[in-house]
Amino acid sequence: MQLEPRTHTPLWMTISAPIIAVFVVMILCSGLILWAGAPLLQSYVALAKGAFGSKFAIAETLVRATPLILTGLAAAVAFRAKLWNIGGEGQLYMGALAATYFGTGMINLPAPLMIPFLFVVGAIAGGVLLLIPALLKTRLNVDEVVTTLLLNFVILLLANYLLFGPWKDPMAMGWPQGAPIIDEGILPKLVAKTRLHGGLIFAVLASISVWVVMTKTKWGLEIRAVGLNQEAASFAGIPINKTIIRTALISGGLAACAGVTEVAGTKEYLTLDISPGFGYTGIAVAMLAGLNPLGVIVAALFIAGIYNGADSMSRAMDVSNYIADVITAASLLMVMLAVMLTRMRIRFS
Amino acid sequence: MADTDTVLRVQNITKTFGDLIANDAISFSLKKGKVLSLLGENGAGKTTLMNIIFGHYSADDGYIEIFGNRLSASNPAEAIALGVGMVHQHFTLADNLTVLENVILGTEPLWKWKQDKSAGRRRLRELSEEFGLHVDPDADIKSLTVGEKQRVEILKALYRGAKILILDEPTAVLTPQESDQLFDTLRDMLARGLSVIFISHKLGEVMAIADDIVVLRHGKLVANFPIAEASREIIAEKMVGEAVPQPERQVMEKGAELLCLDTVSVQDAAGQKILKSVSFNLNQHQIIGIAGVSGNGQKPFSDLISGMCKPTSGSVSLSGEIVSVFEPQKMVESGIGRVPEDRHVQGVVGDFSVEENMILESYMTPRFSKLGWLQRKNVSDHAKALIKAFDIRGAGPETIVRGLSGGNMQKVILARVLENNPEIILANQPTRGLDVGAATFVHEQLFEARKGGAGVILISEDLEELLAVSDQIAVMYHGQLSKLMPVEGVTQQQLGLLMSGEGFATQKETKHNAA
Repeated sequence: MQLEPRTHTPLWMTISAPIIAVFVVMILCSGLILWAGAPLLQSYVALAKGAFGSKFAIAETLVRATPLILTGLAAAVAFRAKLWNIGGEGQLYMGALAATYFGTGMINLPAPLMIPFLFVVGAIAGGVLLLIPALLKTRLNVDEVVTTLLLNFVILLLANYLLFGPWKDPMAMGWPQGAPIIDEGILPKLVAKTRLHGGLIFAVLASISVWVVMTKTKWGLEIRAVGLNQEAASFAGIPINKTIIRTALISGGLAACAGVTEVAGTKEYLTLDISPGFGYTGIAVAMLAGLNPLGVIVAALFIAGIYNGADSMSRAMDVSNYIADVITAASLLMVMLAVMLTRMRIRFS
Repeated sequence: MADTDTVLRVQNITKTFGDLIANDAISFSLKKGKVLSLLGENGAGKTTLMNIIFGHYSADDGYIEIFGNRLSASNPAEAIALGVGMVHQHFTLADNLTVLENVILGTEPLWKWKQDKSAGRRRLRELSEEFGLHVDPDADIKSLTVGEKQRVEILKALYRGAKILILDEPTAVLTPQESDQLFDTLRDMLARGLSVIFISHKLGEVMAIADDIVVLRHGKLVANFPIAEASREIIAEKMVGEAVPQPERQVMEKGAELLCLDTVSVQDAAGQKILKSVSFNLNQHQIIGIAGVSGNGQKPFSDLISGMCKPTSGSVSLSGEIVSVFEPQKMVESGIGRVPEDRHVQGVVGDFSVEENMILESYMTPRFSKLGWLQRKNVSDHAKALIKAFDIRGAGPETIVRGLSGGNMQKVILARVLENNPEIILANQPTRGLDVGAATFVHEQLFEARKGGAGVILISEDLEELLAVSDQIAVMYHGQLSKLMPVEGVTQQQLGLLMSGEGFATQKETKHNAA
């Protein structure tokens, strides 16, 4: 059995490959659902309903997709430049910390200024956090995978310290949570009686902006060139280190904005569980999207839908909601396999 | 069963990759004690065919017979067991192991309480004496010269019982003298009944060693005759298909000085001097050829002029002005056009389109970006104009460069470099891996630029190319550069001696410390 490159890939194949992959995943996961003793068809129906089956379900999926779009973008931008930012989770908390610091009464601005202000300070905090590994990489050749990953724990423990200590809200009856964001800083609700907030619009605009930057600007050309062939980029005179630093600031800033949307949009105050691993799942989102900024929206919706759907499936059918992790992981593998098969063909000899 | 002399028979081998027919019904046979030379331009299908014989690929049709045994598809172990040994162009040796360890690697059982090397050592000694391939079995591979490494590769094949040796461009990395030594060894092996398939571009060598010649072109076998019936002209014509007129070098009066290196040294990261006190002048209307076995300082030399590294001592001046900033962009702005050695690694971003690769050095100019926004229309028009001017066939502005042939890829780089009318052109191995037609195009472009007043530095391992194109030639050896010699009256033999280090000893003792 051998793999050979295809000379060209038909359009129908490019479109149908991920869809087929998802079907394969459903077949593969059937075994687990049956093993849990639940009826297969009803379980998948429950999953689909929980993800997109009602106004409430759709709103919840969109709420969950919002931070995933942003952390997915963060990973996509960084990975394009081959800057392996595994620190989305830490940058997200950094953004959340910044929004809490400035947004709980320290500064009072009218809402049209306050909300952008929170995003700006959040993005700066996240960008600066990723600047540390980026500088270590460009100056001292330190592997950023290790440094970005370890910084996640540093920041999470910092948040722990602050919420159990100096920042603890005295009105929260002893719970480790921050003071509420002032009303001017709260992201407006998009649909009444749901949690859906303006962060979604911000995330979609961010995706479009990143797409524009990557394809239409000088910076995008530099980032892509550095990622695809650093030696040729360097030979042609593209400033490698400057490009990596710039990428780090953009990527860290995007991940931090996910923290801002959670604190100022979903929860309205900082807790230690504002992110069930959005920073890490963002990596899966980016890979699933093939690092395409617009594809990130679709991938984030898909993964958010799976997680929310699995939650309601577990409630209705008594299947553990860990099935969501299995489906996400299997989808990632299957979609990558499918994409590879659109580029290569298998020959049996 | 026709004759017992036939050791290898290739019968009707066909192999396709997608739409590309790499081998089209190829048949020939190799006789015992003979050298069959396989010739063809790059992309003619030689490598594919060898990979099929060695069992790396399976043929779509046809079969291989070794000593009368049919080879089942896709099994290198079987080919080795039947007596096929391959010496690759790029050595497959583990640098951190000794000669003996490399030779026995893979022939010993993997799980053994204690490794016993004495049997292997004995066998290796017998083989090296029998064939006159002398190397110290306990030397580390990394301490060996290129010629010695090649001997180890051959010993490795013999150790595994090879009776048919496939040599893939074995002389590409050798000096002429080392090549002669290799040929002596080969003749010894033939006398002992081994057979050889010899793959090469160099017609001179083929005429010297081969018994039979097989020429491939575009995947087809176009000629198969004994050497007695061949001449250089016939072989060349068969390889290319039609006679390609070579551009003639015209003698020109040199103009003003463009580039001057004064006792320039460069150190690598470990503090080793990799360029030693090199002095050198380049003038307008001049092509200077730099010869040398690869790895003798050509890289730091071209890196320096490309702005990829700084001198640790000495000075570089451009049109009389001393250069203080060594950065790629600075060099481009100073009018240096740089054709890098490895086009895949340094020359192009393979996954970028043609238009993007064409602006890689100039995307920051107002023509291609304003306030950070790429001017897509200008970028695309620019690419269209260059595609036309350089006759890059089968490519549009948005074609991904990775899919282009070597010649077209090189044209993309040449277009990018030459459209700025550079005063100095640094062409490092510009025709490596190109077919005759594409190589001729590159030479024409260099002559054209020289006519327009440019000075050209041509770094090449192909002596014939250097002698045909250069006005003056110098040789690099261990980081030193010989005196420039006018090309008239220089012979390949002289260059060969310089390439192996003769005449450099005195230069080594006189220290030019320009601190």
